[in-house]
Amino acid sequence: MKINTKPYGEIEIDARQVIRFPQGLLGFEERHDWALLDSTQAPFLWLQSLDEAALAFVLLQPDYFRPDYVLDLSELDRESLGKPEDADLLVFAICTIPADQSRMTANLQGPVVVNRKDGIGRQTIQSSPQWKVRHHILEEMAASGVR
Amino acid sequence: MLVLARKLNEKIIISDSVEISVLEIKGDQVKLGIKAPPNVKVYRHEVYQAIQEENRAAAQSAAAVALPSLTGLKPLPKRP
Repeated sequence: MKINTKPYGEIEIDARQVIRFPQGLLGFEERHDWALLDSTQAPFLWLQSLDEAALAFVLLQPDYFRPDYVLDLSELDRESLGKPEDADLLVFAICTIPADQSRMTANLQGPVVVNRKDGIGRQTIQSSPQWKVRHHILEEMAASGVR
Repeated sequence: MLVLARKLNEKIIISDSVEISVLEIKGDQVKLGIKAPPNVKVYRHEVYQAIQEENRAAAQSAAAVALPSLTGLKPLPKRP
């Protein structure tokens, strides 16, 4: 299928890239249909709204810069995700990229979790005070010894 | 919005399963006790707000221009 994207204009995607977020994302509750796109700049990915071409998020898998990241999924999260097997779960942090890109941050308090088998997504809320909405990616990467 | 007045140690019940008690009133602060089944998650409203605001900031910041480079880093581990 053809879709309009913020980073790449009109592109062709596979139906398996389409992710339905029954509850939307926080602050974007009415946006239910998204597509997961590989970025031309790995390890980043894009989460593109199918309803609004100008709306897209940059994603990064948390363990890329925080190998100690442990996702806590509630019963409610699991139900909303269609009761997936753990092996079918993908976890992403939404990135905020300011003008000074070296100060880019990732949101580990509200990770986006995807059941890739059934194409269902949900933005979860982590209760652990360890995880904040703004983690400095490069600093924490350096601190955790990831190279 | 439903508005209920409660005194110290009084409670309200929501949907037969969530119980909220007023435990302490001190100045402008109220301490609430919440009993809820495990599938009911309770968060301070600020947590929701913080994530909403961060999502908006992230959407604003995600320009179509080049993303920062993390090159020189190891590739993502293969997922099962």
